[in-house]
Amino acid sequence: MSARFPFSAIAGQDELKLALLLTAVDPMIGGLLALGDRGTGKSTAVRALAALLPDIKATTCAYHCDPVSPQTMCDTCRTNAKPKTHHIKIPVVDLPLGVTEDRVIGALNLERALSHGEKSFEPGLLASANRGYLYVDEVNLLEDHIVDLLLDVAASGENVVEREGLSIRHPARFVLVGSGNPEEGELRPQLLDRFGLSIDVRTPADVAIWVEIVKRRLAYEADPQGFIDQWAESEIALQKKLVAGRKRLANVITPDSVMQRAAELCIHLKTDGIRGQLTLMRVTRALAAYEGKSTVSDEHLKRMAGPALRHRLRRNPLDEAGSGTRIDRAVAEVFGT
Amino acid sequence: MITDGISDSAASVHAVLIGRLLASDPSNLGGVVLHGPAGPVRDSWIAMFRRILPSEKPLIKVPHHIANDRLLGGLDVAATLSSGKAISERSLLSHVAGGVMQLLSSERFALDKASYLSAALDDQTAVRFGIIACDEGLEEDEKTSSILTERMAFRIDLNDCVAFDDIDADDVSNIIERAANLALPDELLLALSGTAVRLGILSIRPVIFAARVARLIAALDIADAVGEDHAKIAATLVLAHRARFLPATDQQDEQQESPPPQSDEPRPEDELPATPTEGELADVILEAVRAALPTGLLEKLDHASLIQKSAKSGAGSMSQKAGKMRGRPAGSRRGDPRQGSRLNVIETLRTAAPWQNLRRRAQPNRKGVIVSKEDFRINRYKQKRETTAIFVVDASGSAAIRRMAEAKGAVEYILADCYVRRDKVALIAFRGKTADILLAPTRSLHRARRSLADLPGGGGTPLPAAIDTAIILAEQVRRGGGTPIIVFLTDGRANITRDGTADRAKASAESEEAAKALRSTGVQALMIDLSENRDGAARKLALAMGGVHLPLPYADAARISQNVNVAMKAERGSR
Repeated sequence: MSARFPFSAIAGQDELKLALLLTAVDPMIGGLLALGDRGTGKSTAVRALAALLPDIKATTCAYHCDPVSPQTMCDTCRTNAKPKTHHIKIPVVDLPLGVTEDRVIGALNLERALSHGEKSFEPGLLASANRGYLYVDEVNLLEDHIVDLLLDVAASGENVVEREGLSIRHPARFVLVGSGNPEEGELRPQLLDRFGLSIDVRTPADVAIWVEIVKRRLAYEADPQGFIDQWAESEIALQKKLVAGRKRLANVITPDSVMQRAAELCIHLKTDGIRGQLTLMRVTRALAAYEGKSTVSDEHLKRMAGPALRHRLRRNPLDEAGSGTRIDRAVAEVFGT
Repeated sequence: MITDGISDSAASVHAVLIGRLLASDPSNLGGVVLHGPAGPVRDSWIAMFRRILPSEKPLIKVPHHIANDRLLGGLDVAATLSSGKAISERSLLSHVAGGVMQLLSSERFALDKASYLSAALDDQTAVRFGIIACDEGLEEDEKTSSILTERMAFRIDLNDCVAFDDIDADDVSNIIERAANLALPDELLLALSGTAVRLGILSIRPVIFAARVARLIAALDIADAVGEDHAKIAATLVLAHRARFLPATDQQDEQQESPPPQSDEPRPEDELPATPTEGELADVILEAVRAALPTGLLEKLDHASLIQKSAKSGAGSMSQKAGKMRGRPAGSRRGDPRQGSRLNVIETLRTAAPWQNLRRRAQPNRKGVIVSKEDFRINRYKQKRETTAIFVVDASGSAAIRRMAEAKGAVEYILADCYVRRDKVALIAFRGKTADILLAPTRSLHRARRSLADLPGGGGTPLPAAIDTAIILAEQVRRGGGTPIIVFLTDGRANITRDGTADRAKASAESEEAAKALRSTGVQALMIDLSENRDGAARKLALAMGGVHLPLPYADAARISQNVNVAMKAERGSR
């Protein structure tokens, strides 16, 4: 397996890159939805991010549990006083369209059942994605019953399997990253709401960036290792910044005034439910931590209002105004500028 | 030039060049769509490609009905059961490493397989391969999934080509190394990017393909550097067939300024990347691309790409009905697990259990449970059928403007409802002499709204043509596994016949005839009557169609929507 395209070498798409980094600072933000044109580097960015993140320590079970956090472990690891551990890359799992339920949640292991007559569980994609990223390209074309499965698991962080005589539950905490083109079909509001952030991905407006993208891509193909070495320094710098941000996260304070404004913003926009505001609080904290600040400011709030709330506005399907415009307007009104 | 010595049509020359390029670097170029019927031309191209492709690289045929297990690897259930040992199936993907996969009838590949393949194409770190997609699609809803074509550099239209029997193989094995040493000047890259932008290509992948192709062409040409000519050919091969609009020449500039009516571009042009000032070079390349586009192609392309867009959410059109593994599980039945279904192990063992003693006596040496073929139980799945509401809107002069506004209001109301229920909508408008599909079945409410708002008015009432078009579209929807329902908004006063002449009596007769044809298809129809006289022509037509008649004065938007709902529910219930 050859090395991945470096994250810092991705030209353009700054909003997408920042949002991805923030989900890495605080996975509790709850996933990312990237909507926009094809061929704009969405999947490259997700894969590159996983390569950027530091390796994690994990048990050797199928769910690569976190050895220091017993409450998120699977049953086997929890009962095992000293489970074996090793270091692994953050998993990035693709969920292809048209995937079957069996493959997603796991199923009876046919091989064992047929040749040995044993009842054993063959973990699915949700198990592989535990503690990592679950990436769904063209998420808006995903079949409804698969979407339902994802919704349940994404909310609870646990996959409950009750089928084919199996009764199994295992941890499945992952950052759900979806991408798609809204021209080809829209997403159900229930699924939209489960994504923490939503980013509009556009083809770069500047042809110079196109040229840069193509040049870097060709340079990478000509000599992958050389290209990675060339970018190694900025990758390490970015990784350090990320790790520092994670450490700082617990100590970042959100002043009451900022919270107040966030609430005003949500009320003003009439977002459904409280999830929008929670996400807004989490993502601004992650942003402050990532940028080395100890308190969240109004500035952070203004920058993150779009990604955190854009997809939660109650939609009048017949309303032409884009949600981005409505948020800008609300921000302007709440902040009185 | 490298293309010397081949005297046939430009398309054939390009097709040969594409064969050489693809054979030299299949995985980085993704592949080629071979569009056209099966026949000697296609066979000869493939044979030529096989001659050029280095012999150690495999070329594997993949039929559209291939099982996912076979494509991606998995357990060979049937072999495992009969031998009593686990036997795994080797995936085609692992066989094809470094080579080329030939998809037979690629337009019929189900969405899941297309997306597995596209993920595999993307993941250059695992298996590297290219694709030849043999696309036999004739109609606009039959196309190779754009998920795949987006990742393939080339397209050949076989209808424009002649047989390739006498093309000799030449050695392409060292082309890649030679290409790797060639520098691609920045100004050429800029020109290629600029060309893509002006052709309305929004993805960066084609530009990357074009850059690779330009270098490979220069290498084939044994040139010292990539030159303008190489970039021109690259743009022609990679960018031309993706063009979504023609860049304006100087004379056309003025016309281009006023937006064309019914423009259905996903984005207004002012949001596109600003047209750069990359200078004459881009103009030269653009000119080369323009020369490669036959006249009238643009409209076709544009329309086709829109159809493709919406058809794609219908998942390769044919796939959904055939899928044996999709939808929610609903019990099990006897069947063969090899045909793409999933074995229900518990039920299979339960069926086998009573026979164990008997079978043990017959085969005393077998260990474990003895399962034979007739015990196999496979899972059944139930899939919700999608409803597609086809609106047929009368935009003629006789449907008065005021009434038209009411009708649009009603349609918008229904649209909003369809959105909530995740139904699809399609829009046919008729005026003047023709009925056109303004919007192929889509879930994108935004686009449905826009095409409705842009609806032009005035002209004759070609009702027979409209009913015919609606029937054709309804049958397409059915073939794709959906349930169509047709909603007419008209006053029913036809005055244009099928052949486009103004003859009220003949047009009325033809409408009736078409309405009866509609009835015989069994598609549910609704007639929203826009006329003042509610015992008029529209009512008669509604009766002939076996549909519901709703005169507008008595039907406000809410009531119409409710009626459509009832009709849709009835349709669902009956299937």
